[in-house]
Amino acid sequence: MCLGIPGKVVRWIDRDETFAQAEIEFDGVRRICHMACVIEANEGDYVIVHAGIGISRIDAAEAQRVFEELAALGDDEGWQGADW
Amino acid sequence: MKYLDEYRDPAAARKLLAEIRRCANRPWTLMEVCGGQTHGLLRHGIEAELQGTVELIHGPGCPVCVTPLEAIDFAQQLAMRDDTILASFGDMLRVPGSRDSLLQTKAKGGRVKIVYSPLDAVELAKRNPDSQVVFFAVGFETTAPATAIAVQKAKCDHVDNFSLLVAHVRVQPAMEALACSPGDGVQAFLAAGHVCTVMGYASYEPFVKQFRLPVVVTGFEPLDLLDGILACVRQLEAGEARIENQYARSVRREGNVAAQELVNSVYEICDRRWRGFGEIELGGLQLRKNFHEFDALKRFKDVSQLPIVESSECRSADILSGRIKPPECPAFSHACTPESPLGAPMVSSEGACAAYYRYRNLQNNSPSGSPQKRG
Ligand code: SF4
Repeated sequence: MCLGIPGKVVRWIDRDETFAQAEIEFDGVRRICHMACVIEANEGDYVIVHAGIGISRIDAAEAQRVFEELAALGDDEGWQGADW
Repeated sequence: MKYLDEYRDPAAARKLLAEIRRCANRPWTLMEVCGGQTHGLLRHGIEAELQGTVELIHGPGCPVCVTPLEAIDFAQQLAMRDDTILASFGDMLRVPGSRDSLLQTKAKGGRVKIVYSPLDAVELAKRNPDSQVVFFAVGFETTAPATAIAVQKAKCDHVDNFSLLVAHVRVQPAMEALACSPGDGVQAFLAAGHVCTVMGYASYEPFVKQFRLPVVVTGFEPLDLLDGILACVRQLEAGEARIENQYARSVRREGNVAAQELVNSVYEICDRRWRGFGEIELGGLQLRKNFHEFDALKRFKDVSQLPIVESSECRSADILSGRIKPPECPAFSHACTPESPLGAPMVSSEGACAAYYRYRNLQNNSPSGSPQKRG
């Protein structure tokens, strides 16, 4: 139920404080979503949408963190041959 | 899909898995709180891959599973009224009530409509001015902003035939109840990423101090889950207990303040009975006084509550508190299947029993369904 899907803000429709709406694209499919909780998002940004409303703007820099950590774990040797 | 596919990369998952195995000098026991995470762990074979290294205990984070029986029974009675349409998320439909599920109620002629968003229920009410439309407001703090906007919208547009049957629950009081219960063996928590997206994680700072248990805010994709588990293992191995945020692309310490303000404008914290747990102090949300006109319990005072009847075979209380795993329930996959469920955890998309049933043949698969198996 707490499923949240990332989608791209393609067009703002209304920036009203309580009933803000934007068109969001999910894998090629566009939907109008409520945006009152992510009013700071710009067109081109990604937001996480749950039950028809945006609940967060994805932080693109933070999204890289796990990959930086993976890189810091060293080259592929030692894990590619992991036992599974 | 951007921000999904890259977090499902099997090679990266293998690397994290190897690191978890390298770091863990003894077996550790973690609880993932959210049912969405339980499904991810099972679907991608992570739980099986970590056997002997990290035991994952499945927590209470399935709002559908903990929605009190009396609320489901009440919803069914509303759906059977000629003048009323019960609108609900699809997740609720197959959950057994005392007598029927909402799906069975629908088959008997009850008016039940599935909606994707609570706002769709407000539109439904506008299109059906001669009917009462009641939205079954189930969910954690993640979902409360959406139902709060719906109430605000109904109030603003004077949609007088719209109301809410509120069964919202709050995660942290349940975690505190679990952390207090002696002998549950949980050594660290993966906190629910989308609840924390809304609520932030500052409130876990006193929690980790009080219980000396690491808490790592964790996302839902395989790399998120593995990274969250790795963070827990590193803390446990170092003898630390801190709050850490693995899901920083979505979660900030203070959470989503606009969403919290929206929720606070409509709801106040209350005690709530959780199915399988009993009363949890401060474990729920209820409508504030100035929104009482939208409270279905008040609007339909004439609907009498029938006696509640819980299945005597269902062990959902033990499942939700992590005391047993689904295959340990004698009814699992025999008397209880998704087609003929005895309890909510077998039908909810976040229920642990549903996850074990659905992925029972995938137990040894590697993350992202990669066919490589343990030699
Ligand atoms: S398997 Fe069925 S009967 Fe057993 S605990 Fe799960 S839902 Fe209840």
